[in-house]
Amino acid sequence: MAAGQAYSEEKGGSSSLGEPEYGHDPASGGIFSSDYKRHDDLKEMLDSNKDSLKLEAMKRIVAMIARGKNASDLFPAVVKNVACKNIEVKKLVYVYLVRYAEEQQDLALLSISTFQRGLKDPNQLIRASALRVLSSIRVPIIVPIMMLAIKEAASDMSPYVRKTAAHAIPKLYSLDSDQKDQLIEVIEKLLADKTTLVAGSVVMAFEEVCPERIDLIHKNYRKLCNLLIDVEEWGQVVIINMLTRYARTQFLSPNQNESLLEDSAEKAFYGSDEEDTKDAKAEATSLVKRKPYVMDPDHRLLLRNTKPLLQSRNAAVVMAVAQLYFHLAPKAEVGVIAKALVRLLRSHSEVQYVVLQNVATMSIKRRGMFEPYLKSFYIRSTDPTQIKILKLEVLTNLANETNISTILREFQTYIRSMDKDFVAATIQAIGRCATNIGKVRDTCLNGLVQLLSNRDELVVAESVVVIKKLLQMQPAQHSEIIKHMAKLTDNIQVPMARASILWLIGEYCEHVPKIAPDVLRKMAKSFTNEEDIVKLQVINLAAKLYLTNSKQSKLLTQYVLNLAKYDQNYDIRDRARFIRQLIVPTEKSGALNKYAKKLFLAQKPAPILESSFKDRDHFQLGSLSHLLNAKAVGYQELPDWPDEAPDPSVRNVEVPEWTKCTSREKRKEKVEKPFYSDSEGESGPTESADSGEGLGSMVESGKGDWDWWDQWPLSPRMAAGHMVLPMGLCSCSCPHVVVTMGLCLWGCSRVAVPLRCPHGTVACQGSANCFSSPPLCPAVTPPPPQPVPSSNIVSTSLVTDLEGLTLTDTSLAPALLSPAFGSVRTYELLHRMTGEGLSVEYCFSRRPFPHDPHMVAVQIQISNNTDAEVKSLRISEPKPLSGMRIQEFPEIESLAPGDTASVVMGIDFCDSTQAANFQLCTHTRHFYVSIQPPVGELMAPVFMSENEFKKEQGKLTGMSEITEKLTLLEKCRSDHAIVQQVTSAANVGRVPCGADNEYRFAAKTVTSGSLVLITLEKREGAAAQLTVNSEKMVIGTMLVKDIVQALVQ
Amino acid sequence: MIHSLFLINCSGDIFLEKHWKSVVSQSVCDYFFEAQEKAVDVENVPPVISTPHHYLISIYRDKIFFVSVIQTEVPPLFVIEFLHRVADTFQDYFGECSETSIKDNVVIVYELLEEMLDNGFPLATESNILKELIKPPTILRSVVNSITGSSNVGDTLPTGQLSNIPWRRAGVKYTNNEAYFDVIEEIDAIIDKSGSTVFAEIQGVIDSCIKLSGMPDLSLSFMNPRLLDDVSFHPCIRFKRWESERVLSFIPPDGNFRLISYRVSSQNLVAIPVYVKHMISFKENSSSGRFDVTIGPKQNMGKTVEGVVMTVHMPKAVLNMNLTSTQGNYTFDPVTKVLTWDIGKITPQKLPNLKGIVNLQSGAPKPEENPSLNIQFKIQQLAISAKTQTWMEGR
Repeated sequence: MAAGQAYSEEKGGSSSLGEPEYGHDPASGGIFSSDYKRHDDLKEMLDSNKDSLKLEAMKRIVAMIARGKNASDLFPAVVKNVACKNIEVKKLVYVYLVRYAEEQQDLALLSISTFQRGLKDPNQLIRASALRVLSSIRVPIIVPIMMLAIKEAASDMSPYVRKTAAHAIPKLYSLDSDQKDQLIEVIEKLLADKTTLVAGSVVMAFEEVCPERIDLIHKNYRKLCNLLIDVEEWGQVVIINMLTRYARTQFLSPNQNESLLEDSAEKAFYGSDEEDTKDAKAEATSLVKRKPYVMDPDHRLLLRNTKPLLQSRNAAVVMAVAQLYFHLAPKAEVGVIAKALVRLLRSHSEVQYVVLQNVATMSIKRRGMFEPYLKSFYIRSTDPTQIKILKLEVLTNLANETNISTILREFQTYIRSMDKDFVAATIQAIGRCATNIGKVRDTCLNGLVQLLSNRDELVVAESVVVIKKLLQMQPAQHSEIIKHMAKLTDNIQVPMARASILWLIGEYCEHVPKIAPDVLRKMAKSFTNEEDIVKLQVINLAAKLYLTNSKQSKLLTQYVLNLAKYDQNYDIRDRARFIRQLIVPTEKSGALNKYAKKLFLAQKPAPILESSFKDRDHFQLGSLSHLLNAKAVGYQELPDWPDEAPDPSVRNVEVPEWTKCTSREKRKEKVEKPFYSDSEGESGPTESADSGEGLGSMVESGKGDWDWWDQWPLSPRMAAGHMVLPMGLCSCSCPHVVVTMGLCLWGCSRVAVPLRCPHGTVACQGSANCFSSPPLCPAVTPPPPQPVPSSNIVSTSLVTDLEGLTLTDTSLAPALLSPAFGSVRTYELLHRMTGEGLSVEYCFSRRPFPHDPHMVAVQIQISNNTDAEVKSLRISEPKPLSGMRIQEFPEIESLAPGDTASVVMGIDFCDSTQAANFQLCTHTRHFYVSIQPPVGELMAPVFMSENEFKKEQGKLTGMSEITEKLTLLEKCRSDHAIVQQVTSAANVGRVPCGADNEYRFAAKTVTSGSLVLITLEKREGAAAQLTVNSEKMVIGTMLVKDIVQALVQ
Repeated sequence: MIHSLFLINCSGDIFLEKHWKSVVSQSVCDYFFEAQEKAVDVENVPPVISTPHHYLISIYRDKIFFVSVIQTEVPPLFVIEFLHRVADTFQDYFGECSETSIKDNVVIVYELLEEMLDNGFPLATESNILKELIKPPTILRSVVNSITGSSNVGDTLPTGQLSNIPWRRAGVKYTNNEAYFDVIEEIDAIIDKSGSTVFAEIQGVIDSCIKLSGMPDLSLSFMNPRLLDDVSFHPCIRFKRWESERVLSFIPPDGNFRLISYRVSSQNLVAIPVYVKHMISFKENSSSGRFDVTIGPKQNMGKTVEGVVMTVHMPKAVLNMNLTSTQGNYTFDPVTKVLTWDIGKITPQKLPNLKGIVNLQSGAPKPEENPSLNIQFKIQQLAISAKTQTWMEGR
């Protein structure tokens, strides 16, 4: 392997640069000359004109960099290759450049022009990577160039380049913080970006450059909430953390009325009912602060949209959501995060470590949350010690009167562990449980006393320390224990434990009057060999005994104090001097002497054993600062809830966006659009689109009450199965009347449905014979008094008439359009040879199939090339795949030789491109045939306005969007050719478009009626980008392929 | 965010460094070494270390420490998760994540790290995208490359990067379309001395290997999805569909990936398929003890228990063990005091037994604690959670 070789060579000849700090490799026995040569060699390879040699050289250089060796003297030779054609060489040169440019600023400038050129490249990958490297070169001189490049890239067409621009912002900021104001402008612009690709990166830039500018978020808040689930996981973490902070400044605390929880919850439930507000007013007069809390809908939006992310595979995302809930959610809802956090305990030990730290903090404040998962925190013997201790912490926090017995039983097992640090921590934990839960104090104390006879000194020592703390709570009852502990001084060597025992005896010497002096005697004997903390306690003990029992201990005390006077440690010397002055009455000793007893033997409050995680929650959970329990550089304080809610209207966006329109709450928003006047400019090669638009405007012009579209074609008035499909438009003298001809499906004959014109007159036109014969079609019997849908080719005059009408954006009113007539391609169903003279061809007529709107009409042309008559031609035994339906054509009785018959059959392909298989039968033969639809035929064109299109497109981002780049063929570059190619590849209708380098098309799939939106964006030269939005992803992908093929070949 | 990355092997050599911002001197790792020394055990090195100017966040994987240098506040899990992703990627590319494989492929490693982070912020971490950007090394390709001078680096932007299905690469084609799903379930149980279960839970994962052409859209449903009460998903799975219909609907990445992992709450206690009879005792004032362990399968499982391995951390005072086993081999490491008994398959007729004498350090006090026994075993074709997959459909 080339790289491997390079590496090992490098290893052999390391210290090639004679850098002393890297010369620790023993193999580098300073063959300087040859090393020098090797570098020459690299230079030579870089100068050669063979890419393979250059690549080899670059690989070796990168291997050097990876080892941390200095390769900076190769800079000139490497930089020359920055414009190399070979992409891998180029990339490696970039790696080198980014590493060393800072050190060799002047030379690095040589490469800048290459990147500037790259920024203009038509290929988005090259633009992006040029910007990436340019912004990574930390050379202050080029700051203005970087600024310019970032600004330009921020409005690039490609979201990928925009993402790179967002990444470049913090780089520039760290290089020159004076650019902050300009960068904030760019951030503001990118924050408005609607693509998921950019969102995470720009929020990251925001956090690094201007986290205090919370006002920039207002307008984008709802968008960010809604995009969140589709953003890549790393972006999610950054956005969630930022939104947590945002929400803390903008919303009210959901737990503010904790005391009134019950009744306020009820209030919140009923929202802003009038009664409630009245009540609230009444209450407000009596209690100023008690306002019923109503959660801001935006606050709710955030909570709702982040919740599913608890199921992310990425632990960081889960933690981010957990902290968001902990800091923002009402108490009752926080519980949901416990389960997800417990799941993370199965992950890598580092993840466990961080999660447990956070759980420990949470469990202090919200104990109930984790109680059901108590057993998940049980310790496994295989856990690393640091994890064990954290779990112990959590278990202790969770202990309460009900579960304490199980926890203590579990602790008993832990004490037998071989891991001594863990045992010590367990004993501490028992101590904490004992202090917190009075009920078990005695049990714990007894247990701990038993541990005093443990073989392991560490266990005993730790127990002593804990017992000491417990005894302070009720010393009188426990003189036995104190006696027992006094005996331990002979054996126990751990200083902390010895010190604790001595303190205890001193403190409670009245309870053990006989033992205390004896202990002091022993300690005086060994005083010089004790540790410092023990010595201090010996002095203490001596002093206390002197005060209570001076008869027995006077001499001993003097002795100890004398020893201490000459101790090495100045603390001990000081202490001895101080105590002597205090307790031994002399002439000089002042007033303090009288109070010595009070000073030493005052009642001391019992220690409170607290978790070290207490009050850590003032740091944002999940943050580095929380983990370290210290403010880290760049930590953004989590603000307190405001007392008064800031104005929520700041988050309103002027143009109500699709984002508000979630599937659950579909709102119809009618927006007044400015005068629509583009249609004239749009005419030309796209007749269908034009007529479509005309019709669209007409449909939309109906003063807003043309909401029939929602009911149609499944209007309740039309009983099941009876549907009217637009077939054609009858001309009409009144320019305002649209009449459509339709077919009722149930085998009812042709029906024409008149439409009421906006003026209210009902027009009945043309072959409206159906209405004269109601029995034929029960469904349409009463001619609908309301407008009934219509659509079709509208005469140009009509279009002109309708131009200039103000458009009303209805929520969703795409109209089915007549197909765009391109060249119709025919496919062979049965070849003459296989069909024994019978040849069958089919084509997709692109007309709606009259009997069933969910079927695709297939026109079949049967020609009889035999010399005999073919009788009873029919379809039999259709074998459709699941869900697929076939509507056979009526049997052809006979087909004379040389004759051709044309019939139409309908197939419901269920929006899939799988073939429909059936048999074609004649009176003598059966032929197995199958029809496979091109994906473009599975849809029918719909009309929509540009705004509708954009709105719908907005709903179909995420996984429903497929983008592809292509290069248009010479002949396919004109507007006409593009439209022609696209409409021939797929049965779509053109949508008007303001920009002249964009083409838009729309269609609906025939079976499910899902929208398919196509956007073709022409770039400089022959480049173009095709975007298809459809919730049917399979259709979308295949369609992209087909259209690309149509445009490229 | 992430400033630099150092890879350190167990003997404390820094064998790779990469900087995404300005260069941080290797000497920053001294703080790490200090912490490592203090921790004694590699497992106990704290993942987050604070130094005067930097913060070090590290993970330990496959005998390598991945130490990242951080300068400002960042969620620690963010970094930890990312480092694990880096290790996963190496594993994916080179088959193993070891010092030698990284050293052998140092250029590819560097290119990968360059693509994965930009200015310390993750850029492309999906293996499907990375593989389009930088092709994994194969012997054939390296031969071809060395002859033709062509490169491992893709020259187009992976379409996945731009699309909304970033985990899948475009233009996948297979002659044989196949999809495999491995359902792996683990019971994790703590059992006390007397044999009663203190705690048991079931953790499961579905690992998939999908080799399907084009853009397949798959749905997977379960007979009793209610059992899966806590699930985490690969990003390809549509949350909404799961929420509403309890069907896993997704466009899969190409190749191997973990589809979901789940936890089954053990409301009704899980039946542990094996039992252990043990007698471990140390005699007072003597330098020996007795050791006798028998493992047997519980009835009515109907499946054989295989791959049984027992590991025991013996107390420090144990010098050596003289044991005889009726089945399998045992080893005792006198340095780490770990006894490993590799049993293999259990046949109910003849239960494996291991017994003998434990030699203790003379003069040392009798070890008090009884060691805990860790027993691992496998059962093929058994779903403990009683969750069954019913159908899968793909388009």
